[in-house]
Amino acid sequence: MVTARRSNLLAVLLSLLILVAVLLVIDLAASAYIQRVVMGLGISIILVVSLNLLNGFTGVFSLGQVGFMAIGAYAAAILTLPISLKSVNLPELPAWLGEVQAPFLLATLAGAILATVIAFLVGLSLMRLTGPYVAVATLGFLVIVQVILVNWDRMTRGARTFSGVPPYTTLWWVWGWAVLTTYVVWRLVRSAYGRRMMAVRDNEIAAQALGVSVMRSRLLAFCVSAFFAAIAGSLWAHFFTSFSPKAFYFAETFSIITMLVIGGMGSISGSIVGVVFVTLLSEILRNAERGINLGFLTIPPVYGASQIIMSVIFVLVIIFRPKGLLGGRELDLGRLLPGRNRRAAAESRAVGGDERPS
Amino acid sequence: MNTIQYLIQQTINAVSVGSLYALMAIGLAMVFGILRLINFAHGDLIMVGSYAALLSLGLGAPFWTAVLIGIAASTLVGLAMERVAYRPIRGAPEVAMLLTSFAVTIFLENVAILIFSPTPRAFPTPPILSGALEFGGLRISAVDVLAILVAAVVLVLLTFFIRRSEAGVGMRAASQDLLAARLMGININRVIVMAFAIGSALAGVVGILWSIRVGKIDPLMGFYPVLKAFVASVIGGLGSLPGAVLGGYVLGFLEILLQGLLPSSLTPYRDAFVFIILIVLLLFRPNGILGSTEKEKI
Amino acid sequence: MLKLEDINVQYGNVRALKGISLEVREGELVTLLGANGAGKSTTLMTISGILRPRSGHITFEGHDLARAGAYDVVQLGIIHCPEGRRIFGGLTVFENLRMGASRRQDRRAVQADMDWVCALFPVLGKRLTQTGATLSGGEQQMLAIGRALIARPRLLMLDEPSLGLAPLIVRDIFNVIQQLHSQGVTILLVEQNARQALQIADRGYLLETGRVVLSGPVAELRANPEIERFYLGGSALPLDGKHPAGT
Repeated sequence: MVTARRSNLLAVLLSLLILVAVLLVIDLAASAYIQRVVMGLGISIILVVSLNLLNGFTGVFSLGQVGFMAIGAYAAAILTLPISLKSVNLPELPAWLGEVQAPFLLATLAGAILATVIAFLVGLSLMRLTGPYVAVATLGFLVIVQVILVNWDRMTRGARTFSGVPPYTTLWWVWGWAVLTTYVVWRLVRSAYGRRMMAVRDNEIAAQALGVSVMRSRLLAFCVSAFFAAIAGSLWAHFFTSFSPKAFYFAETFSIITMLVIGGMGSISGSIVGVVFVTLLSEILRNAERGINLGFLTIPPVYGASQIIMSVIFVLVIIFRPKGLLGGRELDLGRLLPGRNRRAAAESRAVGGDERPS
Repeated sequence: MNTIQYLIQQTINAVSVGSLYALMAIGLAMVFGILRLINFAHGDLIMVGSYAALLSLGLGAPFWTAVLIGIAASTLVGLAMERVAYRPIRGAPEVAMLLTSFAVTIFLENVAILIFSPTPRAFPTPPILSGALEFGGLRISAVDVLAILVAAVVLVLLTFFIRRSEAGVGMRAASQDLLAARLMGININRVIVMAFAIGSALAGVVGILWSIRVGKIDPLMGFYPVLKAFVASVIGGLGSLPGAVLGGYVLGFLEILLQGLLPSSLTPYRDAFVFIILIVLLLFRPNGILGSTEKEKI
Repeated sequence: MLKLEDINVQYGNVRALKGISLEVREGELVTLLGANGAGKSTTLMTISGILRPRSGHITFEGHDLARAGAYDVVQLGIIHCPEGRRIFGGLTVFENLRMGASRRQDRRAVQADMDWVCALFPVLGKRLTQTGATLSGGEQQMLAIGRALIARPRLLMLDEPSLGLAPLIVRDIFNVIQQLHSQGVTILLVEQNARQALQIADRGYLLETGRVVLSGPVAELRANPEIERFYLGGSALPLDGKHPAGT
């Protein structure tokens, strides 16, 4: 037992070291394009891992994650916007905000705390619902946030581009937060809280019979995922430096859900794998959209094809590998180290049941 | 216009809009009742029907022929959707089915963008429908009248179908207990295909009416309608056909009510208010107005 | 008529049936006994096409059922009356019965059978226009059996018809089952209530954790000390709560 744990710990530390090394290389030597992709990877990891806590481990199918991302983005951006720009772009901002320019971390945290408070208040009602109802209700939340962002001109410039956000985001910020998010979610899942969440997910009534407060578990998951979604939003905002509410709507929602499902709900390493897979595939496809010259064959530009292909892949994964690429299981890094115990591969076949669909 | 006239006018508006929502919600409810699938791609069937009709018009077809072609196109795409995307995943968890419907939506919308470009196109109104009935100070556009009439006819026909016909009873049985229905030898594939066919045809009808009302179409036109239809269905009670109809009209009235009551500074937030009201409703009646109030018994 | 050979069924990683073999000959009333979780319902669901066996053969009157879906199985005449009754609560009694006739084409004969079923269960005839949900447990069970009978089954499979019902109603229902048996209907009866089942059956199988541990004519089974002890309340602590001496 101890050996297994130690081998896992060793593997994790090793991975972290490798990560730092890779980031260093990218930071110093890679092109702006690669840096952008890697940054996007990190932000998506924060979003999807925290979403997994809610959707995968607690069984609450929320479609509102991106709404909290938006709250985090706008709140932090409003705080960090230089005062001079504020008077130009947001002339009607209330005085106390107009005179403030906050440093990055503070603004990010402020946005995250705001999102968490909103999540708590909204969650008090939403987390009572289940299944399709919570999906629709959280989608409603997403729409509500969008409507507010688009119409609250004073604070957000409405549908117009919000620009001039200081470019504070670096690879280190993003991946620092990504590691932190993964760690927090991982610890939470393995704690008593996590066990309760999974109990609520698997059998609500049985969990209640055991004295687990369904509401509290769900609310906790909802708030934690909102917190990190907002962090991701702020990181995103301070990287792209100009955006509008449209960026935080249905397309982004589908994107992170694709990553979540392909990676596998209920598996943290699955989320990471899913993010990497989908991001890289999307990038390849998006580049291919501009047309491919294979020498003997030239494929003309087909814009929008990447979305089409991604949606087909999505459906294929759901049909053939419904539990995701990792089969709903965690990646066992300990196995990758030489000489450690290997678990029987036979046990890890993903199960789909023996029912005939008629 | 005095208050009573205003109220009547708004009521007619609400009934007209509600009719469209109700027709859409029926399609969603039929499929959900049997398969527990929330078909977000249902909205894109509106888009498919409208573009098919527009194309036929462009090719010289007379208006009503184009309408029929549009409805046929919606039905065909709906059936294809069932066969290709939903049948293989029958029995999968609800979540998976919901997500698949998202994927289908993205697929259809992007294909449409690819073929037709994202710019909206004008949708013509036939001369018969461009007029309005005017009496007693009220003005009802011909399209509104048509919407209300079509909804009424469809509802009557559907009620007969669901209550009297063998197929209709089979559908009700399947939506109440799918396993028992299978054990009785009810041909589930046929029932599901029928549900999709009816729902998709209705979506096509709504598409035409919607396009005439709004005057233009674009590849993403289905998104808001399906969201609203879904809200309507949830309001009335997911999976229940009478609930879908009730929910459609309630939503129609709710929207018109909010439009009238909200101060002008808040009217752009109307949709947000609709969702807030929905969430509040779900707190008190988590299964919708006509849904059961019983908590799940072990 | 029906033959299962070495059937293995799994739910994910759990093996529910481990090599079950059994037979039902035409006209027989065969009973499947066993405690909760023994695999009785699983066996029925495998026969009726809801579950697919990992391995093994199922043949019915010469047809191979292993790959057949529920629809095809019903067309062959195997009607499964599921555990928990599962009538259509929102449909009327009449509509429920009509759904049972799904596999049949002959309208007139169906009507005649409806009358027959209502004669068998008079209470159904009285409640034809009431919805299924308003019926009592016993009435629902009768409706479920009636619904199955309308299909004119070649093989009628009943899953725990006595579950949750008062003893008097159970007696009535078993009387009807016996009647059907004497009219020549082939029946496969799954029951936890071993006493009642063994009184009317020809042969029986005892399942324990997915395996057939005993089988044979009912007289043999009744005499078997295992069965007497654990399933008929012969031991000091009767497991089914019934007095060992009485009915």
